Amino acid sequence: MAVAVEFQNVVKRFPGAGYNALDHVSLKIEEGELLTVLGTSGCGKTTLIKLINRIHEADEGDIYLAGTNIKEIEPITLRRGIGYVIQQIGLFPHMTIYDNIATVPRILKWDKEKIDRRVTELLEMVNLAPEEFKDRYPGQLSGGQQQRIGLIRALAANPKIMLLDEPFGAIDAINRSNLQDELLKIHRQSRKTFLFVTHDINEAIKLGTKVLIMDQGKIQQYGTPTEIIEKPANAFVESLMRSGGADSNYVRNGEGI
Amino acid sequence: MIGYFLRYYDKLFSALLEHIEIVLLTLFISILLASVITILVYRKEAWGNLIVQIFGAVYSIPSLALFALLIPVTGLGEKTAILVLVLYNQFLLIRNFLAGLGSVNPGIIEAAYGMGMSHRQVLTKVQIPLAAPLIIAGIRLSTISTIGIATIAATVNAGGLGNLLFDGMRTMNTYKILWGTIFCALIAFLTDGALKQIENLIQRKVGIKK
Repeated sequence: MAVAVEFQNVVKRFPGAGYNALDHVSLKIEEGELLTVLGTSGCGKTTLIKLINRIHEADEGDIYLAGTNIKEIEPITLRRGIGYVIQQIGLFPHMTIYDNIATVPRILKWDKEKIDRRVTELLEMVNLAPEEFKDRYPGQLSGGQQQRIGLIRALAANPKIMLLDEPFGAIDAINRSNLQDELLKIHRQSRKTFLFVTHDINEAIKLGTKVLIMDQGKIQQYGTPTEIIEKPANAFVESLMRSGGADSNYVRNGEGI
Repeated sequence: MIGYFLRYYDKLFSALLEHIEIVLLTLFISILLASVITILVYRKEAWGNLIVQIFGAVYSIPSLALFALLIPVTGLGEKTAILVLVLYNQFLLIRNFLAGLGSVNPGIIEAAYGMGMSHRQVLTKVQIPLAAPLIIAGIRLSTISTIGIATIAATVNAGGLGNLLFDGMRTMNTYKILWGTIFCALIAFLTDGALKQIENLIQRKVGIKK
């Protein structure tokens, strides 16, 4: 399997902080994985993914995306090839659903027909009837529907990799579970590399083909959900698993439940 | 009073036109200048605060004093009047422009940058449309204030409706004062109403009002 993302000895320190947000992290993520990044607040999990689309810049070390050092790619160009979904969703309230989804394709100057086809295809993928939804405004949608749009907007221009920063954190439990199932379906169909940050242990176990556990800017364990549950690498991982009541029935290991 | 109007309507209208000319010229220059300054400082909060504070201090100088102060520098006439009015407007406009851009939900801005938009694209496609209601509110405020303060510009020989008011006071001519006041109030009223309509339209468009 080809390597999608590689971190080599990456350090990130925020001005004024007495510790490293990321502390000499080295990591290889293979193409097509759905890697969930799990940890408590301030463990560096969000920093990890924001370094990949250069919202933050690493202080030391290098990050490679499909073999290319991201320092050599202009941030704007880099980001157009990466899907990015955040907890606040960030839909543009003054634009219709269609215009929201079409944002990056339009920046990339796709022709109208191709954009039309893509928007329809994406809305159908998340079970929102295109004719009914494309001319609505984000304010007319429920939270769960808005995050579906956030997800497909990020997928619109066929990015090779998707970064998701606690995308379902503000969504109620029932909708969250539906969204998780849809995300799994999207991942299976697209076979893109997904990096999914969460602080919810069950979510990390349910979704991940691999799980990365972080604490204090360091990797604590990196493995399949089964490995994490059955062979916790250290006391931290063990207590984290116990606190979340992680259930091995949920384990996906990339095979589906 | 009607008789006065019928006898002197040409003079009244020429004062009105002069007034409108000063106001339009002032607004055009003010909005242009405020936009440039806003774009220069909007991504640096400390600079923005400093600029607003400086223009806030200028705004607190009484207009009559500022006109008097500038006569030795720029002389009498329309030029001085417009300079003073533009200076006053900067406070109202820049403060509202910056507040508008700052009011946009940071999550929306982060998503926009994360999608690969340039600073310019984020500004023109996301921040300005979403800040539009506050931007228009600032323009509305400065328009009304300009219409009012422009009457004092008569003291530096800039003409306009202020001439009627000051002449009326000097010669104890009540009709002159009344007509000057009525015209002034009328254009303030009409422009305010028109701008309010635009503000509502934009608020609906960006989904703040349904």
